[in-house]
Amino acid sequence: MGFRQVTDRLAHGMVALVALTAIVAIVLIFVFVFREAMPILTDPGVHREVSLSRLFLPLEQASEGRPFIWQPVGAVPKYSLVPLIIGTLKTTLIAILLAAPLGIGAAVYTSEFAPAGLREWIKPVIELLAGIPSVVLGFFALIVLASWLQRAFGFTARLNATTAGVALALAVIPIIYSVSEDALTAVPQSYREASLALGASAWQTAIRIVVPAALPGVLASLVLGFGRAVGETMIVLMASGNAAITSWNFADSTRTLSATIAAELGEVIFGSPHYRVLFFIGALLFIVTFLLNALGAYIVGRVRRRLMGSE
Amino acid sequence: MMKERVPVGLLAVATGIIVVMLAVILGNIVLNGVGWISWEFLTSPPREGMMAGGVYPAIFGTVFLVLLMTVAAVPVGVITAIYLNEYAPPVTAAQVRSKLARARGIEWLAEFWRLVQVYVANVTRTAVTTLAGVPSIVFGLFGLGFFVQFIGAGIDRTLYGGELVFGQPAIIWAALTLALLTLPIIIVATEEALRAVPHDLRDASLALGATKWQTISRVVLPQALPGILTGTILTISRGAGEVAPILFTGAAYFLPHLPTRLNDQFMHLGYHVFILSTQSPNVEKTRPILYATVLVLLVLTFSLNLVGVMIRMRMRKRWRRGR
Repeated sequence: MGFRQVTDRLAHGMVALVALTAIVAIVLIFVFVFREAMPILTDPGVHREVSLSRLFLPLEQASEGRPFIWQPVGAVPKYSLVPLIIGTLKTTLIAILLAAPLGIGAAVYTSEFAPAGLREWIKPVIELLAGIPSVVLGFFALIVLASWLQRAFGFTARLNATTAGVALALAVIPIIYSVSEDALTAVPQSYREASLALGASAWQTAIRIVVPAALPGVLASLVLGFGRAVGETMIVLMASGNAAITSWNFADSTRTLSATIAAELGEVIFGSPHYRVLFFIGALLFIVTFLLNALGAYIVGRVRRRLMGSE
Repeated sequence: MMKERVPVGLLAVATGIIVVMLAVILGNIVLNGVGWISWEFLTSPPREGMMAGGVYPAIFGTVFLVLLMTVAAVPVGVITAIYLNEYAPPVTAAQVRSKLARARGIEWLAEFWRLVQVYVANVTRTAVTTLAGVPSIVFGLFGLGFFVQFIGAGIDRTLYGGELVFGQPAIIWAALTLALLTLPIIIVATEEALRAVPHDLRDASLALGATKWQTISRVVLPQALPGILTGTILTISRGAGEVAPILFTGAAYFLPHLPTRLNDQFMHLGYHVFILSTQSPNVEKTRPILYATVLVLLVLTFSLNLVGVMIRMRMRKRWRRGR
């Protein structure tokens, strides 16, 4: 075996070894977050303070008529995740309701109607929005946006679910836009030409031919955007007010799952029930975003295959 | 025809709203921040409880952190992508399984080994794509639980006799946490760049008698380099702006000294923005400093983005001339 062959074998071995390290590291994240959350299900010591039923079901003795309370620090810690889940749903809902029409609308406009010169500009500009760090969006929401929205809607709480949701929309728009735009441009040109040749107008072609053909991709963009909104932390931590109130009022100050981790992990005692609960929340976010992303990726893959004509 | 101007107009308005929102945010930050930027602001530490002075330690900390992260993430990410795209067998598990059913003896072993490789590659690809969407705060949890309290405390127990050296938040743990966060993105970007290299080039190189490694290192990688570089730099820019993963793994509110060792804590531009906007004792007084800090952070991340895009354009031009 010559020198070249030896080098070749060595290189193959090294590459495989490094790849294995990366794979192990990635698998480790899955394993570790769940391992730290596990005692909630299995450890009787932890069960004295918190268990699955206490995380999700109403308190047995509802204090002051409130069955769901998140109050992890106190004489009797209360760990109901319900206010946090509602908080997350509220901010996410606002974000998606705002980002979906804007992101999808802009995507349809860019791919179907915008003059070529303008199209070259719109895409990088929206990508620029994606490049803004979320702490900067959080800062903007906290310092500027919150005051504007308070003046416009007369909120009693300056920081609330709506403010956080609007700021969150800024982070979600680029995802919805770019995934939708990809799906729309992947629709073969022949579809459009056939439609136009049959006498349909540009608008009819876009709405009745192109958008339906790309619809799964557009839906996938919403799923991926939803996943991003659920997990986004800095924006909601800074702009939601962080009060764990169980209410569906969108003007109330709100605490989300992700912000709870960020706000409380710093002071928590290693290995305590509270620590376990925060890891449990992390595992929950992990599973939810994992499923949403897997679903989104699956849909995107199917659309691509179908439009490429191999199915 | 007239009827259709309205809906198309609405789509244009949606696009316009996004662009205007972006302009408002950037305009607001630049207008309020630029006045406070000075040489002194960029080169001096904060004073009087963050209400005066500059952000030099935060700039230093951010750059140091991002360098460590790059060193940890980029080689591993690129090599993993090379493995996935060049070495992992380019067949599906079903194909190998059907061969495995017919094979006997040593051939069966070889096919079995191939099947293992295919499965490893598939699992990695799935893990990488899904991991890319996992919230960054989950990485922060992992970093604290694994790096700080498991690895760090473990090092202290075995090497330092229980003295607190590595078992606490530190720049190395923050950098490794960020490296894990960026690893999947680097792998995906590199795989994409490698896939874009035409197969004819590989075949031609192999047909001329080059070994697989020679083909990869001298034909495939140079071709894929602009794509890899661009992907890498965009990822680094993303890492520079992330705050959630470093909240508990090493970022500090204020430090009198710059970080010099791997187990030092560090100040960070993004974290500084977070602290100044949420915990300032005097909002009006810190506002200009806050705006200026945001502007510095934005300039840092955007200029990295710009460099990435420019490298891509340059490389493309050079190649077009070369051909």
